[in-house]
Amino acid sequence: MQRIGVFVCWCGSNIAGTVDVKAVAEALRSEPGVVFSTDYQYMCSQAGQEIIKEAIKEHKLTGVVVCSCSPRMHEATFRKTAQAAGLNPYMVEIANIREQCSWIHKDMETGTQKAIILGRAAVAKVNLNAPLIPGQTPVTKRALVIGGGIAGIQTALDIAEAGFPVDIVEKKPTIGGKMAQIDKTFPTLDCAACILTPKMVDVAQNENIRIFSYSEVQEVKGFVGNFNVKIKKKARFVKEDVCTGCGICTEKCPQKKVPNEFNLGMDNRRAVYIPFAQAVPKVATIDADYCTMLKTGKCGLCAKVCTAGAIDYTQKDEIIEEQYGAIVAATGFNPISLDKFDEYAYNQSKDVITSLEFERLTNAAGPTAGKLLRPSDGKHPHTIVFVQCVGSRCAACADKGKEYCSKICCMYTAKHAMLTRDKYPDTDVYVFYIDVRTPGKNFDEFYRRAVEEYGVHYIKGMVGKVSPQGDKLMVQASDLLANKQLHIEADLVVLAAAIEPDKSARSIATMLTASMDTNDFFTEAHPKLRPVESPTAGVFLSGTCQGPKDIPETVSQASAAAAKVIGLLAKDKLTSNPCVAHADELMCNGCSSCANVCPYGAISYIDKEFRMPNRTTAIRRVASVNPAVCQGCGACTVACPSGAMDLNGFESAQIIAEVDAICR
Amino acid sequence: MHNKNDNVRSEIIRRSGVNPVKCMRCGKCTATCPAFDTMEYHPHQFVYMVESGDIEPLMNSNSLYQCLTCFACVDRCPRGVEPAKLVEAVRLEVIRKQGANHMKPDSIPAMVEEDLPQQAIVSALRKYHK
Repeated sequence: MQRIGVFVCWCGSNIAGTVDVKAVAEALRSEPGVVFSTDYQYMCSQAGQEIIKEAIKEHKLTGVVVCSCSPRMHEATFRKTAQAAGLNPYMVEIANIREQCSWIHKDMETGTQKAIILGRAAVAKVNLNAPLIPGQTPVTKRALVIGGGIAGIQTALDIAEAGFPVDIVEKKPTIGGKMAQIDKTFPTLDCAACILTPKMVDVAQNENIRIFSYSEVQEVKGFVGNFNVKIKKKARFVKEDVCTGCGICTEKCPQKKVPNEFNLGMDNRRAVYIPFAQAVPKVATIDADYCTMLKTGKCGLCAKVCTAGAIDYTQKDEIIEEQYGAIVAATGFNPISLDKFDEYAYNQSKDVITSLEFERLTNAAGPTAGKLLRPSDGKHPHTIVFVQCVGSRCAACADKGKEYCSKICCMYTAKHAMLTRDKYPDTDVYVFYIDVRTPGKNFDEFYRRAVEEYGVHYIKGMVGKVSPQGDKLMVQASDLLANKQLHIEADLVVLAAAIEPDKSARSIATMLTASMDTNDFFTEAHPKLRPVESPTAGVFLSGTCQGPKDIPETVSQASAAAAKVIGLLAKDKLTSNPCVAHADELMCNGCSSCANVCPYGAISYIDKEFRMPNRTTAIRRVASVNPAVCQGCGACTVACPSGAMDLNGFESAQIIAEVDAICR
Repeated sequence: MHNKNDNVRSEIIRRSGVNPVKCMRCGKCTATCPAFDTMEYHPHQFVYMVESGDIEPLMNSNSLYQCLTCFACVDRCPRGVEPAKLVEAVRLEVIRKQGANHMKPDSIPAMVEEDLPQQAIVSALRKYHK
């Protein structure tokens, strides 16, 4: 039999205002197992905790019930108190008589009655509690960052700076991500490449960082502190350690008609290529889909001109296996496809472009060497229409758009409009908006500058139709404030396409058993208080894979994720939560129901030898829970048809005892 | 604000199945409307006026019959508000008060001409039936 102490907290008037705390303490004193019961103004205060400690010693308590606020608030506090007095911390239960009782009741009588019932349930549970001891697991002191954009770069640099080795896996031939494609950055208008490429070089030079470019994560096994990851290094047919990045092969390759994805297909590259001048690693890659040598065995020109002898047509995909303590998802974003937005004529006219294409058109390293020229005829456009919210805030078009606000478009459109007017004062620039959203340091000032100093025409209303007529684009739009329908003859239309998580994010989330929302953004452990951690232990989130973000926000979050990773890798051992599932092997029939519902991949199956009647033995397949991976969610205990699965600290018998106590 | 014409307002909302509160006032309906120039009240105004219960002026306006029922606004609206259905519901309110059908299905075959687009018949039926 337990010796239980009950401690009822007033929480000032928060609880005592609606619950007769003395009556609660009195009523619970006669519950089975209770040997001591008291109340106090603030149980969580130093003095309140002393009352608990003294009672544990004086009355030789084996269990404690604190009737107070939510366990989310002070369970940890009271467990520490009990531990300090020599009690196992898992012998403490909290009855939530504040959030679930005093705060939602007005009547003292019903409030008190309910508080007694909640206390009774907690006492009934403690009667069945058993001391639990957390386990320990070692930590592999190496981190994996998936994605080499600005988010992944910043996270990797910060982790490496703290002295831990980091690997970056990037599916493209170079790190740099979207930021490498951008021309200028708002609101300061500094050149993106000028601030990004030094960071890329830092990554390449940092001894703690390895870059696996042109590589993909193929398999993730294990758990926090001990992930085992397979990385596929795709064959680039160029020896990475031999290539000097001189670029002679990319000039001599006769296959000149390959759409250049770095310039979003607005010009061509060769079959052997280096994405851009400051690429890291600065190594050529042969595109197997276009290389004549790889397709037909005839050519080999790049191998002939390569003085370093780096070309290797026989290279194969390579699988690298590595251990990691922590994994950071930094998989980034892409603009959505505009194929289904017929009204904007994106697929009908070359002169209807996305904002990212506009970035390339204005970038000195872009297809027009930075001159703003129309893709169709290379002429200078005189009237440019920018359309915001293309596919964003689109609740009725789940098949083509996104319900959320993409967050960055208002600012980059203001930037595009301003820069156009600055460089080409002879152009008329219209921006059609639903709302202009500029929360951010110096953001609204920036937008107002576009209007007031640069004379950009901001029009409240949407574009309904873009129709190509001759070499012009007829834009039909509404001006809601003037209650007019406008017809603008434009030379160029720029669509601020919504952004969505990179398509690879879903499969990576599945491998990591990390949860995602309906839009395929990674879910954070807590939207406010744990914004850079996934609910899956050891998995962290960096950048736009968690939600739309601009560069400053991405960098802050990337550093925050790094701080969390460093906190994890700095530990030699991890203390695991002892409230984990376990299988009663005699009852388990190996049906896999539990493994199928486990969101963390914590359950595996082992073949175990059991003693059977008449001195025989039999091998049976039974569930085995990895306590380091299990998060104690309890899904398996509900799914198990034979009742073999149970959860430490929340055993079925304890839950039933609580229910019985409530229904008594 | 919403007490004016409350019965008519809720009847129009019920009949059309449109929830005008979903409108985020982007104006894409009006931007897309081919009958804009002939209409006194434009699609986005219809939505806002029904939302605020200001329905009398709509019922008295010729705009009800200028709407082509082409449903471009319904197709383009990013919030799924369906302005054309609201126009239709207000129109029904007027026609039902007058208690007569302006057009019967039986009379359609006589009207059909070879180069008449089918949509015109469907639209006409939507507009003048009931």
